Formats: sequence, structure tokens, C-alpha cells
Amino acid sequence: MLLDFFFQLRDAKIPVTVREYLTLLEGMKAQFMTPSLDNFYHLSRLTLVKDERFFDRFDQVFGNYFKGLEKNMDLFAQLPKDWLEKRFNREFTPEEMAAIEAMGGLDKLMERLKELLKEQKERHEGGSKWIGSGGTSPFGNNGYNPEGVRIGQDESRNRRAVKVWDQRLYQDYDDELEIGTRNIKIALRRLRRFAREGAQEELDLDNTIESTARNAGWLDLKMRPERHNSVKVLMLLDVGGSMDDHIRRTEELFSAAKSEFKHLEFYYFHNCVYDFLWKKNHRRHSERFQTTDILRTYNSDYRLIFVGDATMSPYEILQPGGSVEYNNKEAGAVWLRRFLDRFPKAVWLNPEPEGLWQYRQSVEILQNIMEHRMHPLTVGGLETAMRYLSK
Amino acid sequence: MRFEGSKTYVATDDLKLAVNAAITLQRPLLIKGEPGTGKTLLAEEVAASLGLELMQWHIKSTTKAQQGLYEYDAVSRLRDSQLGEARVKDIANYIVKGVLWQAFEADKPVVLLIDEIDKADIEFPNDLLREIDRMEFYCYETKQLIKAKHRPIVIITSNNEKELPDAFLRRCFFHYIQFPDKATMESIVAVHFKNLKKELLDAAMASFFGIRALPGLKKKPTTSELIDWLRLLLAEDIPASALQAKDGKDAIPPMHGALLKNEQDIELFNRLVFMARQGR
Repeated sequence: MLLDFFFQLRDAKIPVTVREYLTLLEGMKAQFMTPSLDNFYHLSRLTLVKDERFFDRFDQVFGNYFKGLEKNMDLFAQLPKDWLEKRFNREFTPEEMAAIEAMGGLDKLMERLKELLKEQKERHEGGSKWIGSGGTSPFGNNGYNPEGVRIGQDESRNRRAVKVWDQRLYQDYDDELEIGTRNIKIALRRLRRFAREGAQEELDLDNTIESTARNAGWLDLKMRPERHNSVKVLMLLDVGGSMDDHIRRTEELFSAAKSEFKHLEFYYFHNCVYDFLWKKNHRRHSERFQTTDILRTYNSDYRLIFVGDATMSPYEILQPGGSVEYNNKEAGAVWLRRFLDRFPKAVWLNPEPEGLWQYRQSVEILQNIMEHRMHPLTVGGLETAMRYLSK
Repeated sequence: MRFEGSKTYVATDDLKLAVNAAITLQRPLLIKGEPGTGKTLLAEEVAASLGLELMQWHIKSTTKAQQGLYEYDAVSRLRDSQLGEARVKDIANYIVKGVLWQAFEADKPVVLLIDEIDKADIEFPNDLLREIDRMEFYCYETKQLIKAKHRPIVIITSNNEKELPDAFLRRCFFHYIQFPDKATMESIVAVHFKNLKKELLDAAMASFFGIRALPGLKKKPTTSELIDWLRLLLAEDIPASALQAKDGKDAIPPMHGALLKNEQDIELFNRLVFMARQGR
């Protein structure tokens, strides 16, 4: 039964392996925790998922897979009465105990629970009668009723009634693409400039031998600084509109790039850069960043990479007010030049096939502004772009 | 051995489960999370509450995997040989034991913290695969196999600056410390301040979570900043009413410099408060 779950995770492109699956089974065998769906959720996430990017996808698969199961669980069979009573004595304050008495005592409460369990078929949230999460019914999690019976979450003190996996807490961490693109990664490696900087660390053997010889055989040690990766990259990605066809390839590039640099910052724009950029696409209207702030924030030693198809009407680049989104005071070209002034090392990567460029007027205009540093998003184009950036 | 949190450290249930799974199944536990959520502190607390010794290996950008095992100090041996010292004969005199070696040969199980593993070179975790997996390594200079007497409880923290290789991740358990919700935060504050007035705490929490919710902050204030700020508020004896304007909104909290550590953030914050006031 868990094998299905395993394969569903793999179908959702979460990189789980057999080894991790076996670890999960080992963990369940070890029985170091009280068996509950919550604990199983945490244990399986702990063992199977190794990056918070995949948490959201994991939550969805888990929710789907165990939805049917949760319904079938006979909760009441698992709650022996004396155990419940013990918990009542432990968990409730004297005032709450009095309130329970007011409802007709523990026995009455349990009878009512039994009735409700029979009546209730579906999972339930909110409301004042059914067992479920939230709400004011005496039964279920997280209720406001002092007589509330906490079911299912016996050990939990974080009072999360909505199942953790239903909350989709990790949505923002998903960057939605596996690195399947070895060739791009190889090309990006070109960017790793091994600057000679840092502490005196390595023994410079050649130099040591030479100066020891000069020193008439007495040892003269020479050190040289350690190499490390110091490339900083600012990426601006075009989203929306005519770009949607290319978003997949752009994200491939992005997820490949992430591990290669010392700093990697990315912002989104639409068609051309204007007064605002944004970081999260679904919040493009609420969470905007002033372009001037970005120009001030990052040093000019950042490498700037635009990614976009550069396909738009020429007005969007050349005219004030040409943006399709709002009335911009200054033309896109002005903003582009500001970027190029601030970041002398800049390239534009275009996912459109190079053959199509000649038919697009806007591509030509941008090529001129970029001083012909627009390259196609192919391994060859990347090589050229990276060679320029790492110079 | 079971970890149940401690008086000075509030551990959520999923974190406790993660630690106990790592202890029971003897796998390294990789911890990620926002800064200030107590990643490094976790190892100290686990060691303290289980009564074990804590060994720490703080990773820098120049750290090599080999340094955690041992280092052969060839340079001083060469120098000694020129001076004709007797100890030159035995190579073991020039083997400097690293943290992993010390943890492996300890007589009792220890807690081993590998702090900020993402600071090192991308190949660093790959160089530790066998050591982490089998808990043994070979010292070529002295021709001996160093094997752990007791498997240490390994806790690894990462700030997500680099991605870790898959082969390494497969051997670890992974837990992401979520930023505490309000209830958890209140219990964390209660650990640090015994007699905090309820209204001051409520007002401070409201401003704190309000500031965290601002869009576009470069660095969101974290738990440790909240604690510092509360300490300041207490030291200056600031009443709860100073944190809230009469209409209950958008006052600039006193000493917000303890929460916002970046002039762009402070500027953004002031601008938002200013805009909110104008809007009225």
C-alpha cells in the first residue's frame, strides 16, 4: 500500500529513492513514536523529502493519498474510555472540569460523541455541531468549547487543527523544476570565476622549491591564497504575455544556475524593465520593488543576465507610456540603459530560436541597446554569454 | 535516549520527532530554516538534555573535509627534519586529529554538530559520504582504520546558500524549522522572560508579526531579534501603550532598530507608516 504512495511521489517529480523508502519502513518498524497519521506525515517527510522546495508537492500528494484513508479510520474504536478519562484529569483545569459537569458530565459527552460519529460521514471544518477542526463543537481539534475533546492529535501541543499538509505552508519554496538539464549546468560552470582571493592557505610548491634553492637549501615556505567561487549574479526574468511558451526553459536555466554562484538574485519583469520589478509572480501587484532601489542595492561587480524573448511592440521600449501594464513616465530603453550603466557585465539570453529574430523589430532594437550581447538560450549561446561574463 | 525539548528550548512536536528518529535510526539530521530559528542551538540542547558531550565543527568557506578527519602537518615535520629532532621518526607525531576523529574515538556517544555546511565548497559534502554513512575512515599516513566506537548523533545545519548534493541528502534526514507561529512564539518568549506583563507581550507580538508581514523586507526580524527587542523594552521600562497608537494601528514602535537591521528596511518601514498616516 505504501508502494503506491512512493510511486505517486515519484510521479509528482519528487526525487525519492528506494534507499529512502527503505529508511521510512525501518523507521516505522522501530516504533519510537505513537502511531498516528500526523506522526506518520512527519516521519515520511523527514525520510523521503530532502529539500523544502518539494514540501508543497509532498503535502499535496500526501493529502490526496490519505484523504480516503482518514475517512475510514474508526476513531472511536481507538479511544478507550479510561484512557480518555485519564487525559481529562491531566489536561483540564478545575474550571474546565466544572464546565464539563455543566454539560452533563463525561459520560453524556461521550455518548453524544458516539452519536455524532455515527451521523458524520464527511470530513468537517468549522461549524458548531460536527466533529472536525475549528468551530465550537465540543468535539474535534482546536475548538473554542471548553468541553472540547481533542481527537486524533493526542500528543500535539501546537494546536493545528487543519491538517499540516492541508495548509500548504511551503508553497513559496517550490521553484517547480528539477535540474534535468545537464548541458546548461555545464555551460554555467564557465561562470565560476576562480578569483585568487582569501586567506593565505595553500602551499605553493613550485615557488617554495625555487626560493628554498635560492636560500641555499634552508627551507623557505611560500603560500598562496585559496581559490574560491566569487561570482555574483543578478537575473531578471521576463514572465507573462508572449513569454509563457518559454517559461519552462527559463526556469530550467534558473534552477541549474542556483547552485553555481556565490550570490544569485532574481527578479521578474514583463516584456521590458520599467519602474518596478517583482520577486514572486503571483504577488506581482502587491509586492513590487522599485527599480531604483535594485540599481542602488547591488554592486556593479554583479553580472546581469536578462532572460526574455524580447518580443513586443517597439513602443514598449522606445516610448514613455508604452508599457502594456501601466503608464510609465520613462521609456523602457532609459531603464535598460540605467541597468547597463550600473552593471557593465550584462547579457540578454533569448529563448526564441535565433532564426526568428530577424522578423522581430523589437529584437533588433534591444540588440542595439545591448550592444549585440543577446544570445540564444542554447548551449552554444550560453557558452558565448558566459565567456563574456567571466572575462 | 529520547529528546523531549528542555526548559530553555521550545521544540515543536515535529522537531522532536525528527530528532528522535535521527537518534533511533542513527542517521544524520540535516536542519534548515530561517535564520534565528534556533538551528545551532538545537544541537546544544540535544546534547545538554541527553547528558552527552557536544563536539562542534564550524564550517567556513575554506574548510576542507579532510580537516574534520585529520591533518598531516608535513611542513613542521620537514622543518624538524632539517633541525634533526628525534620525533621526526614517528609520523604519528605529525597527525593532528580532527573533530570527526575525536568524535569517533570517544568512549561515550557524543553529539556532533556540523554547523553551516553550505558555507563550504560544493564538493565538501561529497567528500564526507563514507564517513557519515559508515562512520569510519582510513588514515593513510599511519595505515589505520578509524572506526566509530559509538555512532555519534550527527546534527548538520544549513542556511541554504548552496544546494547540497543528492547523494549526501539521501543519507540524511531532513527537517525544515518553520518560523514559529504565535502560540509557539509566546512559549519561546515565556522561556526567556519570566514575568512579562501580558499587555506588553501582546502589543509587542502584534508589532513584531506586523513588521514580519510587511512585503519586500530584505531581512525579516527573527526570534532572536524579538528577544533582544523585548529586553530593550524592559530595560527602558516602556509601557505597552507606547507600542500602539490610540487607534490601534501604525505607530512606529520604539527602538525598532533592534528589529530592522538594514537601512533600506527601516526606510521602507518608515515610508509605509507615513503612507498609512496620509491615507487617513
